[in-house]
Amino acid sequence: MSEPNDAQQAGAYWRANLRLMAWLLIIWFAVSFGAGILFVDALNQIQIGGYKLGFWFAQQGSIFTFVILIFVYAVLMRRIEKRFGVDDTDEPDSYDVAPDQGETIH
Amino acid sequence: MSAQSLTYLFVGLSFALYIGIAIWARAASTKDFYVAGGHVHPVVNGVATAADWMSAASFISMAGIIAFIGYDGSVYLMGWTGGFVLLALLLAPYLRKFGQFTVPDFVGERYYSKTARVIAVICLLVISFTYIAGQMRGVGIVFSRFLEVEIDTGVYAGMTIVFFYAVLGGMKGITYTQVAQYCVMIFAYLVPAIFISLLLTGVPLPQIGLGAPLLDGSGQTVLERLDAVLVDLGFGAYTEGQRSTIDVFAITAALMVGTAGLPHVIVRFFTVPKVSDARRSAGWALVFIAILYTTAPAVAGFSRLNFVDTVQNTAYDDTPQWLRNWEDIGLIGWTDKNSDGQIQYGPGAAFEGSAPVFGEGRGPAGERVVTNSPTEVANEIYVDRDIMVLANPEIADLPDWVMALVAAGGLAAALSTAAGLLLVISSSISHDLLKKTFVSTLTEKQELLCARLSAAAAVIVAGYFGINPPGFVAQVVAFAFGLAAASIFPVLFMGIFIRRMNRQGAIAGMVSGLVFTWLYIAYFKFWAPAANVPENWFLGISPEGIGMVGMLVNFAVAFAVMRFTAPPPDKIGKLVDSIRLPVQTVR
Repeated sequence: MSEPNDAQQAGAYWRANLRLMAWLLIIWFAVSFGAGILFVDALNQIQIGGYKLGFWFAQQGSIFTFVILIFVYAVLMRRIEKRFGVDDTDEPDSYDVAPDQGETIH
Repeated sequence: MSAQSLTYLFVGLSFALYIGIAIWARAASTKDFYVAGGHVHPVVNGVATAADWMSAASFISMAGIIAFIGYDGSVYLMGWTGGFVLLALLLAPYLRKFGQFTVPDFVGERYYSKTARVIAVICLLVISFTYIAGQMRGVGIVFSRFLEVEIDTGVYAGMTIVFFYAVLGGMKGITYTQVAQYCVMIFAYLVPAIFISLLLTGVPLPQIGLGAPLLDGSGQTVLERLDAVLVDLGFGAYTEGQRSTIDVFAITAALMVGTAGLPHVIVRFFTVPKVSDARRSAGWALVFIAILYTTAPAVAGFSRLNFVDTVQNTAYDDTPQWLRNWEDIGLIGWTDKNSDGQIQYGPGAAFEGSAPVFGEGRGPAGERVVTNSPTEVANEIYVDRDIMVLANPEIADLPDWVMALVAAGGLAAALSTAAGLLLVISSSISHDLLKKTFVSTLTEKQELLCARLSAAAAVIVAGYFGINPPGFVAQVVAFAFGLAAASIFPVLFMGIFIRRMNRQGAIAGMVSGLVFTWLYIAYFKFWAPAANVPENWFLGISPEGIGMVGMLVNFAVAFAVMRFTAPPPDKIGKLVDSIRLPVQTVR
């Protein structure tokens, strides 16, 4: 497994992460605070599937978008991490588990 | 079999299942007790997080509140799900990389300060106890209605069962119990919703049913009918809000940020093996949550429509049995203001006071006598919003087993969250206060014993709050979010993203955020409830939404103090670098 051997690599990885995060948070804000709250009245002029669109975003659409955003983030981050050689896919599942210090208590 | 014995059967079976799992998965070490050993599969952790997260407020109260406030209820839907995006992007992966047991652990290490750790513990305790009181109240309501015991007895029963598996099993027991509780809860929520959607619209998916045309041949959709019926009765339209935009904005923001800052949710991400697992796990958690959260607005719309149809201009004699059942336990009250023997429903409170106070005996139509003085408005009926989900199967005339299932589901929701909260309370006491601050000589075995003892003590305190609750379940819980938004979230966020943030800034930020938010809420809710009107609110932001302002206060104070105090030591810079990378480097 490759590890970043200099601060530059880590810095580039971090900036890529922040850029991706910023894009996803813009969408996050747009569907909830934007479509569901600030522009709800304008969007309510449009009807879709028996819902006023603004109302739909506030009670359904934003939630669906949130789910998609998190998975998009998980997938794209994995790609970014591979690119910068900092992905943890090869780590064993017991990766950060310290040796069990405690006596077992029955 | 009668409805009540079915309920006893369902509740009894589900409890037996939880206890069985708790015995099977009991904790052997502090690592087991605090973070379930740290090898929980991300999907399993997602299910457990969903159950941990979805409390009595989500299951019992949320749809009821939305039913009565329509669009304005969207704050809960967006707020309580949008927070997971913040959690997955901004906190969970980094806290997982940090890899300790508790949230105060991170604060204490990152800000190299026992004081910061203790303040984080105080924030955590305030938040968790506020939240847990709501759960116990939910347990009490379910017990009193379905098993026909006093609310207090219900609270004691809930305390006993949570005590058993949280104290014995720790995080490990809780994780696997929560998986079972999620299954019970989601099944119990979906079955009546699908039934009712089919009955009203012929569409099995409630998410689509809410927008679908009604089967009664009117050609109106459910939402159109709701708007029409409510406007007819003098309410605002269901799909349009009554609250100001800024308040809706602030409440949503406070709930989102608060969600991301809730300690009992954050620690769930300490239980997965890897950083990438923490991100995936947050996604799965939100999938399982979204199943309920996208169903809730449909349940809300259907039940409000059914409720209006049932009560409006119905003679008390002709009302269905469920109405009297809820009246019997005091969650519905009726006064025949115009003496026509029929129930009139409309906007405004029917009586003075927050809840009906019942006198002895029965009125002319056979109703329980309400001693509160009636108000001027035409509305004659008081309905506790917490009953809507629970009464839903009865309102729609569904079979008895559905009702029994809903009772078991409501208990699962309340108990799973209560257990998660008890765990963070006990670990913050045994680990952060005792082991890491005051009694560093504590052995592993003693620490585990302390964790169990503090869980036991926390159950008792939670029970007290359950019996003497400050308000509606969801309202009580809403305050926990304000406090989390103003204290825990900013301190964690800055710890990860602002390398220069130091001890002094973090402490000053947490204290000012918490104090500001707490004082604002306490002023309007406890000291001067009469002043709690929009004209008096700061910028028109209600106590429910003030957490957003509290968060900004926290950030502002922290940055100001940071500028005038020494930067953190070099090793903290290295710590921040290491938590930003998913793989081991510096540490």
